[in-house]
Amino acid sequence: MNGHRGFSVLRSEAAGAVRTALVSAENLQLTLKTELSQEEQHLTPHTHTNGGPDETHTKGYCTEVNEDLKEMLESNKESLKLEAMKRVVGLIAKGKNASELFPAVVKNVASKNIELKKLVYVYLVRYAEEQQDLALLSISTFQRALKDPNQLIRASALRVLSSIRVPIIVPIMMLAIKEAASDMSPYVRKTSAHAIQKLYSLDQDQKELLIEVIEKLLKDKSTLVAGSVVMAFEEVCPDRIDLIHKNYRKLCNLLVDVEEWGQVVIISMLTRYARTQFTSPWKEDGVFDEHNERAFYESDEEKTRDETEAKPYMMDPDHRLLLRNTKPLLQSRNTAVVMSVAQLYWHLAPKNEVSIVTKSLVRLLRSHREVQYIVLQNIATMSIQRKGMFEPYMKSFYVRSTDATHIKSLKLEILTSLANEANISTILREFQTYVKSQDKQFAAGTIQAIGRCATNISEVTDTCLNGLVLLLSNRDETVVAESVVVIRKLLQIQPTQHSDIIKHMAKLFDNITVPMARASILWLMGEYCERVPKIAPDVLRKMAKSFTSEEDIVKLQIVNLAAKLYLTNSKQTKLLTQYILNLGKYDQNYDIRDRTRFIRQLIVPNDKNGALSKYAHRILLAPKPAPVLESAYKDRDRYQLGTLSHTINTKASGYLELSDWPAVAPDQSVRNVEVIEPVKIHHSIFPSTVKEWAPSLGKTGKSKPAKSSDDKFYSDSGEEEEEEEKGSGSSSSEDGSSSSSSSEGVCPRVDAESHVQKNSSQSSEESDKSSSQSEKSSSESDSEKKERKTKTPLQKKTVKPTTIFVNVINQHSVLQTFSYSHWSTLCVSLFTQLCPLSLAFPLQLSGPAFVPEKSHDLLHRMTGKGLSAQYQFPRQPCLYQPTMVSVQISLTNTTDHPLEQIHIGDRSPTGLNIHCFNTIECLEPEASVTVFIGIDFNDSTQAANFQLWLKTLCLVYPVPCRFAGKTASSGAVVLVTVELRESSTALITINTEKSVMGSMLLRDLKLALAQT
Amino acid sequence: MINSLFLINPSGEMFLEKHWKSVVSRSVCDYFLEAKEKALEPEDVPPVIHTPHHYLISIYRDKLFFLSVIQTEVPPLFVIEFLHRVAEMIQDYFGECSETVVKDHMVMVYELLEEMLDNGFPLATESNVLKEMIRPPTILRSVVNTLTGTSNVGDTLLTGQLSTIPWRRAGVRYTNNEAYFDVVEEIDAILDQSGTTVFAEIQGVVEACVKLSGMPDLTLSFMNPRLLDDVSFHPCVRYKLWESERVLSFIPPDGNFTLMTYHVNAQNLVAIPVYVKQSISFFECGSDGRLDVTVGPKQTMGKTVEGVMVTVHLPKTILSINLTATQGSYTYDNGTKLLVWDIGKLNPQKLPNLRGSLSLQAGAPKPEENPSLNIDLKIQQLAISGLKVNRLDMFGEKYKPFKGVKYITKAGKFQVLTITASINKYT
Repeated sequence: MNGHRGFSVLRSEAAGAVRTALVSAENLQLTLKTELSQEEQHLTPHTHTNGGPDETHTKGYCTEVNEDLKEMLESNKESLKLEAMKRVVGLIAKGKNASELFPAVVKNVASKNIELKKLVYVYLVRYAEEQQDLALLSISTFQRALKDPNQLIRASALRVLSSIRVPIIVPIMMLAIKEAASDMSPYVRKTSAHAIQKLYSLDQDQKELLIEVIEKLLKDKSTLVAGSVVMAFEEVCPDRIDLIHKNYRKLCNLLVDVEEWGQVVIISMLTRYARTQFTSPWKEDGVFDEHNERAFYESDEEKTRDETEAKPYMMDPDHRLLLRNTKPLLQSRNTAVVMSVAQLYWHLAPKNEVSIVTKSLVRLLRSHREVQYIVLQNIATMSIQRKGMFEPYMKSFYVRSTDATHIKSLKLEILTSLANEANISTILREFQTYVKSQDKQFAAGTIQAIGRCATNISEVTDTCLNGLVLLLSNRDETVVAESVVVIRKLLQIQPTQHSDIIKHMAKLFDNITVPMARASILWLMGEYCERVPKIAPDVLRKMAKSFTSEEDIVKLQIVNLAAKLYLTNSKQTKLLTQYILNLGKYDQNYDIRDRTRFIRQLIVPNDKNGALSKYAHRILLAPKPAPVLESAYKDRDRYQLGTLSHTINTKASGYLELSDWPAVAPDQSVRNVEVIEPVKIHHSIFPSTVKEWAPSLGKTGKSKPAKSSDDKFYSDSGEEEEEEEKGSGSSSSEDGSSSSSSSEGVCPRVDAESHVQKNSSQSSEESDKSSSQSEKSSSESDSEKKERKTKTPLQKKTVKPTTIFVNVINQHSVLQTFSYSHWSTLCVSLFTQLCPLSLAFPLQLSGPAFVPEKSHDLLHRMTGKGLSAQYQFPRQPCLYQPTMVSVQISLTNTTDHPLEQIHIGDRSPTGLNIHCFNTIECLEPEASVTVFIGIDFNDSTQAANFQLWLKTLCLVYPVPCRFAGKTASSGAVVLVTVELRESSTALITINTEKSVMGSMLLRDLKLALAQT
Repeated sequence: MINSLFLINPSGEMFLEKHWKSVVSRSVCDYFLEAKEKALEPEDVPPVIHTPHHYLISIYRDKLFFLSVIQTEVPPLFVIEFLHRVAEMIQDYFGECSETVVKDHMVMVYELLEEMLDNGFPLATESNVLKEMIRPPTILRSVVNTLTGTSNVGDTLLTGQLSTIPWRRAGVRYTNNEAYFDVVEEIDAILDQSGTTVFAEIQGVVEACVKLSGMPDLTLSFMNPRLLDDVSFHPCVRYKLWESERVLSFIPPDGNFTLMTYHVNAQNLVAIPVYVKQSISFFECGSDGRLDVTVGPKQTMGKTVEGVMVTVHLPKTILSINLTATQGSYTYDNGTKLLVWDIGKLNPQKLPNLRGSLSLQAGAPKPEENPSLNIDLKIQQLAISGLKVNRLDMFGEKYKPFKGVKYITKAGKFQVLTITASINKYT
């Protein structure tokens, strides 16, 4: 074993030595390089091929190391384990095989040490696929963690669980994803969106179920989730465009606040969506018309807008919404975002608006080299169709000597596309300096570009040709060769009086060695042999001498020239031709033998083929169409810009075609959604951060700083107003159609809607006010109640673990005030949302994203012996049972000693079904935890009483029940109708089979409306 | 999306690999290594390589290749941008991005990569969030770690990732609250032989170092925002407000970050701070040439020009040079034919000059293309475009922060052409 080790060390040293030698050799003499690099290649594979023959060689060494690591992992010391795990992960990072350690590592999955745990997770994700049976041992740990009250632990458990690519756990993953998708934490929901893709790649049969989850997550209003779920959508079911309709406007509006990476994904999805849903904003012909378009650029934007509006085409407001909301992202620091907005404008915007992306694209050219490369490619495609867009920025495409080769050639490409009569002289002057460049490959590229300019712009053809002829005397061979090839093409286009040039080239012929150039000259000779009757036979004579030493491509042209001369000037060249044909007959290359045979039969008349040889002249010397010199980027526009497929110019796997505009726009009303007051979610979950940020989120219109002038500082509050106006505007305009046609019109639309909607920004503030009032009252009644209630535990506290069960006196009345206060908040928020539909549907309609931020005191720290508890209704479907209402309780320890064993004890009424949280072992001082319980209220107005146990005492509270739309348990439908009469009177009708509830609801609604 | 990442050094060794989906064999990199062999310079390796089953997207940065393996359609810029973020993250954590640094912190880099992507889709790329999860190493901490056996992994559960302001962590506390902004401008210019401006533009960047407690909401306004032709922002900046009022309103990330970059494109407005008188000529016959370069201040707005440096790529056929500089010193590398003249501060009274003779290899023809000079310079306390910060206001927090703005002007791609006007062949 040591022998092996020693050997490998020695060898690597040797390799190093050779490499250093190489480096110095490189400095000394460049020619050495090729030979040595082969040698180097022989040496290097050992270092970088995993699983090569080298593997077996070092295996002995590996196992020894692994033994050490195994011992360390199995030791009792945390630090040793950690050290071992670090080394294991180091091995993985280096690409070494560490799978043998799986059993030893997996044991540590439940470790308490976060760092150790993380490293074990890293290991598991890497090797679970290879060691499926053993990996299953770890699953239960993750399942437990999925129920953890901490959202981060839930999320990371789901992340790792879904990354373990073991088919047998598919059902478990599916279940976990479903649960996580309705988790109250947007972060966990985001993770579940990622998990969807992982599960899909593991088992495609789950598609239908996963689509359901995607559908649900698409409704999510959190900016955190949006990008990830759209990614999942793109991967799992990109064709299910119908899922997007209802979320389209929301996605457009959220876009600015989504994280950068999500923006890219959403924008590209929306581009595809828009192409299927809106009609073309381009003119009838649909083809880019350079001339029209140029006129647009000269006029300013305002004017052109009028112009388009004058046409019968009317842009769908949703189409406009997308264009407007993506525009600010052109200012993103993320180049991918800028590019995706640019392609969106390119594919979707009216032609006169596309040019707003130009400046931003040109900005990207100052970014990293790789970014430049991609952006230039896209500009190359764009500039072919629309020179006008980039012409003002022509100087940005000037080549710098420091540019990389591929950048240089792309810039050349673009400059050539941009060339027109006006700027050609500037461009040619620029090209002139490039031709002199040290980089000869680039110089050759420039010559081709000059050729293209010459063919495209007839005014300069002659000057270009002259310039190219001068280049024929260049010292560098590649330059000369390239010039010859380009001249050949140009002459073909203009075969007039250019015998001078042909003669000149014939003179140069002896000095040119590049086969392609020689072949080109020979072809020219043959093609125009009548113009150079004296020179051509002489050239053929020389060629006959050197035939055997020429390249194949040259030989073919020699045969060609011979044949043409034979036909035109057989007197002088007959013998020469026969000689050459004989040489060709015995050539090593069968293409040449084949061609020779063919030519001989064609030109030399004999009795067998008499018919054909009559036409030989017409066959060989037929006028030939001039080659078209066009851009390599000509047909790239069949791919969506900014995609990988566009870059590599072939369809990448998973590329989604961009469809053509529909001739007739599909039904617009599919995108109509009830305007729901957007996201409040963050407020409740991150109270500390949200306060400051709320205004910029701007979704609530509240908690603006006191300073009146401050409003202006919050971008999005301004935007929000605009959005709301727009929302109300659009919905009121669509009102007629959608309310009559909408399929969900279970309940009649409220007439007052549009009216109240306009005031929604005000009313939301007011509603906040009113709800905070009601909250106050609730907390008052709460504390009242609790005072009464908790006296008892205080008295009995000294008794060892006792159950203190308090029967709340006058419970009913207390509860009523309590639940009423809830009712009023609920109603108010319903009305601000103006969402009659949500009344008709059970709670989950409002979705996981809508979480009221109000929390209520459940237990004050004084009465709870230092344990304070707050509860709130997250208004999400309960995870445990559909008939349960989920209640979120946050427990905080305000004492200076840890509280232990917090759990839920007995409950009343005894039939009450409560899903408890797991016992909290220990709550440190100043720490707080959030737990969920589910309570099935059975649609009663009875409070739920339960006992909260500490190690020593228990506390009791009531929690009221509540309903919306459909009662949670029995599913009774509640229908509320509000009719607005003149002079601010309203008629409220409530239909429900539960009369008690109906009257309660009515009273609360009245109260609530009176307040607003 | 992104399937795997390989870090490859210039000699072709793959020293780190990370897979976010199923493991992809290293052999996939052979296609890349092949392309690398073909390219003359590492910069010339094409960023996107198409192999039978995978697509390889790579960047070359800090003498390292970051190679990502892709299996399905994805916007290439998405990947490239991400790879650059990885490089920036390594730079941010360890002070530099190099092979040695990555090898020294292999496990940490690996953990960071694990956090940055989930299933190949970026999860946490904000430095503020990452630093909360995995703390960057400091000397003090590494000492403490070795003594106590604790580690760099954040033990508190982070909040930043969960908030709506993903770029800022919660609970920031400083005893001294300070916010510094550096306005750095670079002049990109091409001057022709006679000193006239062929091309000039200014690239600016506002770098911020904000150390403020709590959740400050800042508003930065300029005296003359109209100067700015094109801007791009850190995600924290509210776009709408910039559009409507030309102020930067933002809740900053904690620590160092780039607030905005901008571009000033008024060619005639670009003040060129120096002029260069030069002549490089070769005698038609014989193998000798002469070089004479003088640099002097031009439009400097009364400030001193510092750190002046002239770089010349001399023609390959030069055999040796013999020059004298009146100020500063020059170095010449005969291998790369690179002449660097470090002048330092520019003294308007006594202009620095570099002159002497060049000798060509025997028999070599007179170089066809004259070299261009690249100029480097620095001017403190001046933004050459004239951009000025008007004021910085803070909302949302009660304390009074200490504020500061600094201006610096540098030369970007500042070239002086020495091409002798040859006969125009085309017109």
